[in-house]
Order: sequence, then C-alpha cells, then structure tokens
Amino acid sequence: MSKKSNYYNILIKRRLETLKEYLYLLKQNKLTFAALIIILFLIIIAIIAPIIVPFPSHIYGAVNPQDKLLSPSWTYLFGTDEMGRDLFSRVLYGTRISLLGSLIAVAMGLLIGVPLGLMAGFYGGFIDEFVMRIVDMFLSFPPLLLAMAIAAFLGPSLQNAIIALIVSWWPWYTRLIRGQVVSIKEREFVRAAHAIGTPSWQIMYKHILPNCISPVIVQASMDLGGIILTLAALSFLGLGAQAPIPEWGLIVNTSRTYFLKAWWYGIFPGMAIFIAVLCFNLLGDGLREVLDPKTKKY
Amino acid sequence: MNQPALVIKNLKKYFPVYSGFPPRVKNWIKAVDGVTLNIKKVETLGIVGESGCGKSTLVNTILRLEKPTSGEVILEGKDIFHLNKREMSRLRKEIQIVFQDPFWSLNPRWLIKDIVGEPLRVHFNLSLGEILSKVEKLLGMVGIPKTALYKYPHEFSGGERQRIAIARALALEPNFVILDEPTSSIDVFSQNQILKLLKKLKEEFNLTYILISHDLSVVKSMADKIAIMYLGKVVEYGPAKKVFESPAHPYTNALFKAIPDANTKDINSIIALEGEVPSAINIPSGCRFHTRCPVAREICHKEEPPVIKLSEEHEAVCFLLKKGERGESLL
Amino acid sequence: MSNYFEIKDLKINFETSEGIKNVININELDLHKGETFGIVGESGSGKSVLAMSILRILPSPPAFIKSGKIMFKGKNLLELKEKEIQKIRGKEISMIFQDPRSTLNPVFTVGQQIINVIRYNKFLTKKDAEKEALRMIKLVKLPDAKNTLHKYPNELSGGERQRIIIAIALSCGAELLIADEPTRNLDVTIQAGILKLINELKEELEITVLFIANNVNLVFIVSGRVAVLYKGKIIEIGTSQEIREEPIHPYTRGLLGIVSPAEREIKNLTEANLKEGIKAENSICPFFYECEERIEICKKISPTLTKVNNGHWVSCHRVIDREVDNESTSISH
Repeated sequence: MSKKSNYYNILIKRRLETLKEYLYLLKQNKLTFAALIIILFLIIIAIIAPIIVPFPSHIYGAVNPQDKLLSPSWTYLFGTDEMGRDLFSRVLYGTRISLLGSLIAVAMGLLIGVPLGLMAGFYGGFIDEFVMRIVDMFLSFPPLLLAMAIAAFLGPSLQNAIIALIVSWWPWYTRLIRGQVVSIKEREFVRAAHAIGTPSWQIMYKHILPNCISPVIVQASMDLGGIILTLAALSFLGLGAQAPIPEWGLIVNTSRTYFLKAWWYGIFPGMAIFIAVLCFNLLGDGLREVLDPKTKKY
Repeated sequence: MNQPALVIKNLKKYFPVYSGFPPRVKNWIKAVDGVTLNIKKVETLGIVGESGCGKSTLVNTILRLEKPTSGEVILEGKDIFHLNKREMSRLRKEIQIVFQDPFWSLNPRWLIKDIVGEPLRVHFNLSLGEILSKVEKLLGMVGIPKTALYKYPHEFSGGERQRIAIARALALEPNFVILDEPTSSIDVFSQNQILKLLKKLKEEFNLTYILISHDLSVVKSMADKIAIMYLGKVVEYGPAKKVFESPAHPYTNALFKAIPDANTKDINSIIALEGEVPSAINIPSGCRFHTRCPVAREICHKEEPPVIKLSEEHEAVCFLLKKGERGESLL
Repeated sequence: MSNYFEIKDLKINFETSEGIKNVININELDLHKGETFGIVGESGSGKSVLAMSILRILPSPPAFIKSGKIMFKGKNLLELKEKEIQKIRGKEISMIFQDPRSTLNPVFTVGQQIINVIRYNKFLTKKDAEKEALRMIKLVKLPDAKNTLHKYPNELSGGERQRIIIAIALSCGAELLIADEPTRNLDVTIQAGILKLINELKEELEITVLFIANNVNLVFIVSGRVAVLYKGKIIEIGTSQEIREEPIHPYTRGLLGIVSPAEREIKNLTEANLKEGIKAENSICPFFYECEERIEICKKISPTLTKVNNGHWVSCHRVIDREVDNESTSISH
C-alpha cells in the first residue's frame, strides 16, 4: 500500500473513532438522543415532502371551496382551511420552508459573524474596537424592528424576513467567538505557531477556531430553533412569508380568524413549531454537555 | 571558532500602561531594562530568575514575538529586527522554542502528526509521504513510537508531550533552541529522561541552548554559563560552576540560599529575603535590588552599580564588589 | 499508634470515563500531637485527595470513599454528619491550599474575609472580631497591619496573600493545620519566608502540621517525619533524617536524585504504560513500570509496608527479601 492511501485509511479510521465517541456520549442523554432522532425525522420529511404530500396542488393554493373548513378526517388528516386546502399537506411542506429558512439564516450568520469575531479577537486594537462597536450597534436592533424596516423598504416577503434575521443574528456569533479567541490566543500552542512562522490566517482558522468552535456549535443548534420561532413570528405579523406560502407562522396567523370555528386550523402548525424548536433546544443543550468535557480533556 | 553566535546588546522592552480618558500613556512596565549577553555556539546559557525578572519577555523578544523598545539582537551576524521577508523565514528556522506547559503547547485538537509536521508544511513544499517520514524520524529521535502519529496530545503523559514538543522544535533543524522551563510541569522521573534527551540531542546536532529554569538542579546539570536576572536586568553572569560555588551578587546568594537541596540541614539553613519583588513600573532608584538587599549601603540607594568584572568571564553588578588596586573592597 | 490522629485502611475510588480508579489506598498513617508530618507526592499521587478527604471536602461524585476510618481525637471523621464536621472545619482542623489567588475572594477586603470567618465560628461583636483580625495579621508577620485590613487581595503580593490565608486558617484556634502545597505558586525567595512562618507558628501556637508538597527537599527540612506517597499508596515512611540518610525505596531514591546503578536508556514506551486502567488491587507493585530494580515477584504481588528500622518502614519486595533484624514481619506500622 502506498504511503498516501495508508495515511488516508488511518486518518479516516481515526476520525470515525472520534465521531463514534461523540455519538456514544450523545446517546447517554436520552432526551437529547430523542430530540436528535426527531430532528432527523423532520429533515427527512423536509426533503421528501414534495413526494409524500397527499395533495400537492393544495400546497400553494388550488382552491377547493366545497371542502372548506372540514375537521380532520382520514382524507384530510389535519383538516382543511378556509380555501379548502389540505392542512396536512401544507404543514408538511412547511417543514421544508422552516428548516431550510433557518438553516440558511444560521449558516449565513455564521459565515459573516465567525470570521469577523476571529479577526477582532486575534488582531485586537483598532480592528477589535471597530468590529465590536458595529456588533454593539446591530445587537441593539430587535429583530422585529429590523424586519419591519426591511419590510417597509423592500416589501414583506419570506426572503426579506430571512435577510432581516441574518442581519440580527450574526453579531451574537461574533461576540461569542471573539471572547474565546482573546483567551485562546494567549495559549502556548498559538505562540508556538507564531514561533514556527505559521501565517496569521492559518493560526486563526486552523489553530484557534477548532478550539473555540464548541460554544458556537451549541449556540447555532439552539438558534436553528430560535430562528424558526422568529420566522414564524414575523410571518404571523405579516412581515415574513406572504400568502400562499405554507409557512407555519403564516398559517397560524390566518387561523386566528377561524379560531373558534375551526380548532384544528392553528393547532397543527403551532405544534409543529413547538416540536421543532423544542428539539433544537434539547439538541443544543445535549451538545453543550457532550462538547464541554471534551475540551477539558486532561 | 568561538565567536558569539547570539549577541544581545542593551535590549530594552517597555510595555505602556494606559490610563485616563482618552487613554494616554501614564507609565511604562520595564520588563526588560537593558540586557546584554553574548552566547557562544554550542553553549548552554542558563537564565535564572523569579517572577517579574523579565526572562519570558526576553525570550519573546529574541523570538521576535515582541518588538524591542531599543537595543539589538544579532543572530549569526544579522540584526534580527531588520530583516526582509525571506530572511525572516530563515530566522524562524534558526531558532525554536520548547515551552513550559506540555499540555497547552500542543494544540489539543490536532493529531500529533500535524503538530510535529506543521513547521515542515509551513516552510517546505514536501509531499505527504515525505512529511510523514520526516515526522516519524523526528519522533524516533525523541523516543516516541510511530503509533503516536494518529493520536491526540491528551493521550500522552506530560513527559511524553514534552518530548513531542522537542521533536517539533527540531523539525526545522534549528541551531538555537530556547527551553522555557522544560521540566517544571513534569514528574521527577520524566524530568531526568528529558534532560538526558536534551543533552544527547545537543551533542548530536550541535545545538546552542538557552535554558530558563527556576530549578537549580536542572541548571546545574545542563548549563555552561548562567545569567541571573532581577527586575529586567542581568545581575550576575558567569560560568555555571563558578557562580554556583561562589555567587558574587547578594541576590544570587540569597536565591541559592533560599532553595533547599539535598544538603540543606534544616529550616534554619534556608534564608528568606525581606519584602517582595517591586513592580516593574516602579523600579527602585539606584541599584534595583537595594530594597531587599541584606548588605545594601548608602550608595546603593543613589546610583546604579557598574558592571564589575570578577574574572575572565564572570561579572556581577554590585558596588560591594568594586575592588581597589590591591584587591581591597572600596566600601 | 496514635490517639490523636489516625488514618486506617482508607480506600478512595474515582469514577472516570475509563472505569473506576483506585486513588488512595493507605493502610495506616498517624500523626502525633505537635509534630510536623510531611507527605511527599508528585502530581497524580493522590496527595490532594487525601488532604481533602480529611475535611470531607472531596467532590463526590466523582470521588467515593470506599472504606476506612479517619480518627481524630477519638471520633471517626468519615462517619460524622455534615453539621458535625462543619464544627470541626476551621475550629479544630484547618487547611491552606496552593493557589493564593483563587482562595481569596477578590470582592472583599482581606480584613473582611478574616472577620467573616471569625464571626462565623465564634460569637464576637464586630469590634472584637476586628481586633482579633488585627491580631492574626500581626501574627503572620505582615507589616502595617491596620492598613492591610482594608486592602483587597489584588493589592497584595502572592506571599502576602498566602500569609493572609494562613491567618484565616488559624483564626479560630485550629489545632491541626493541613498545608497542601502552600508554596507551590510562590517565588523561591518568598517560599522560604512562608515555610519559616509556618514553622514559627507551629511552635508559638503549639499546633500540629500536615505538610504536603511535591518537592522532597522542601518536605524534609520542614517535617520531623515524612511519608512518601506514590499512586495513592505510602511506599516509605520514617523520620526525615532516617530517610535522607538511607532512602530505601527506588522511588524515594529517584526523588532525591540518587541515580540507581543501572542507567536506563530512553526506551520506547509500552502501550500498557500509556493507559492506566482498572487493576485488581494487589496484583502488581504500583511502581513496577518505572522501577529499575524490579524482580519477578514485583509483577505478581503488591508489597506491603515492612519495618526496616525503628520508625522506618518501606513497601518494597527487596526489603522483604532482605534480612533485617528478627523483626522483619510484614505488619503495617
């Protein structure tokens, strides 16, 4: 076996071992593990939603007036809304929207926030001051207000709501990472890297980042839930997804008018939001436990 | 042949202390306050001193991790603070460092092969196979088996981690290695092994060591020359044997007498110094040691003592050592 | 056998991710009233665990006291209820630790901290407590006591802080002081001062001191009797003079820098050495892997403390092998 393929073999084996250790630790906490399973389940639903949905045409809006506001039955598992659309199909498809939306928002937030935090912490001085003042500024905007401003400017839509959330969220990651970086950069392995002559960007991304990523991972996984919630709230207020997009918050909003007549209307999307957010929170908590002792490994 | 390989000329490093708003420089922390040393090739210089004496800052400055406030450091004829980029990169290959803390000096998230291979990846364009072979060889030199390549630092004991750190330091084949308290955080048995290893490597590769340690037995066993530092200055310098046998400076004397060794009889044999080390912001006037010196005189409060040459290579900075023409003390 | 302070058959285990690890396994250890007893142990020897177990401040989990007794003035400290042991902490047995920075609360002045401890343990008015605090500060030889009362910990140097901690520890009349690496984080010249202070206070206040450190020379000059701790077991015990003149156990000799006749080459380390797993308690001498004088039997049976001389006991098969008086029976102290 050539040295190279041997090398990759052993490397892969090692990485798998580490992954197995993490999974084992995660399994210890039953709640976290259950949350993880449910989230995987939701992800699968989100991916295959277009295929398994019973009434694909109802997702965006074939109007079906004769079946309007029917209570749950075997045909319409969650009942129908005021336009006769199958709520089960809409809520199912809504998984896709919520999960994708929050994934994009968190990913972009990390993409902007983490490098800024790394640079601020690493270089210190003026760069640090500058970035952190901007962070302070952005953190003073409540996401709702920001969303309203963007909605007023660009018009309310799902995309604009996501943009508003990215803008509100990235500063948290910057602040989180910067604090970690400041303490880690004094560690001797960083000084050793300097002494070796490793270029600064390598030190930041290969040395410092892996050591301070844990709290960010925990925060990000909880944020996936938080963003779903805020997105739903924005849609609820009319600033996010607009009809006929089957976003959970929007469905809940529309259900308000029919609240007394059709109990099933708001319950199911509401429960979907609840379950998704709860599971992400539990996962984040569990991850914190798993990742923390690892970093303290002595 | 015995040209000094590393010359430190009147090196000063002051850190500014800001206060007020808008922040103004109110004071200076005089971490290194005029250090001059000549280190010859293949020599081991031991630097001894307590906290606040400036040895860490000195080392950081030699490694160019800090810029000096004034003074020069000349490595093999070149002023290290005025180098172009290529020369800078060459410098990194000349002088390396082994740190005190064997846990945090290795990135806990990296595999050993990456840790030891990093210097090679940064400076050379080697293939994967070449780097792996070199790393294996380096680990072999320090007595670490090949299986370590794919392990993490936390899977090793303190002594083993320190050896890995030594392997990393040698990757670029430097001529100078700075050992910053290499044995302080390790158990006694690993300490002996590490010292033996260091001696062997020194002979094999003609290394020049700068050894910082507060453990006198370590310095005794390894150093050719030693420099005693106090509050940013070198107060005594000379061949290790001589300085240990007859310490000239009162601080050196107090330092040696404060540390118990196998021959110390009982607690009355160790000597405690009065007071604490003054802060580096408020350096005492005259001789900086006069506030705690058991034999301080009037002149010590007022003037800074000159460097007194006691013999060919032994010198100390103290008024009491000034001898007249017939060898009598001038005080 | 001492009626003052005695540890008997103490076994402490730790729950780790790799199973249950035995951290302390001491058959017998006793202190005589008024002596300074030293324990030499490197990191990993379990010395801090031992110290903390006396005052029952071991975090449990992960530590578990499996069995044993710690007798102090006739009472078994391990069997006392929390309320009862609280009465002993500070008032009869006190402890000082190695890091003066984290032992003092940075938001209170040192005076307040001494006064708080005094008032918690004794019924004194504020004024009287302040007077006591002043007395203690003078006792630990800090100059300018009145002003020191009002200083915050970060305004004091390391050595001064350690003196305050000693003052706090002794402020309520403790008669047994456990000093766990009291000078580890101090400069060498300051260390000497603290050691002398502890010695002087011992004479002045007639207390008993249990001095724990990893520097063997330090422990020798401070203590009358010394025990060497290795991986939770006492491998040598005797007067410091005896052990200094004739250290018997290979580990003790290594600590003292006495090189054994066979120099060991830097050898590649075995996997067994890299991981410490669950071991049956008496199957192998704990020092086996590092010992240069080991023999067959060392791999099979863990040695017990054997009397070598009056007051000098060693736990090593080579001693049991030797012919030492007629009293060479394997009794534990």
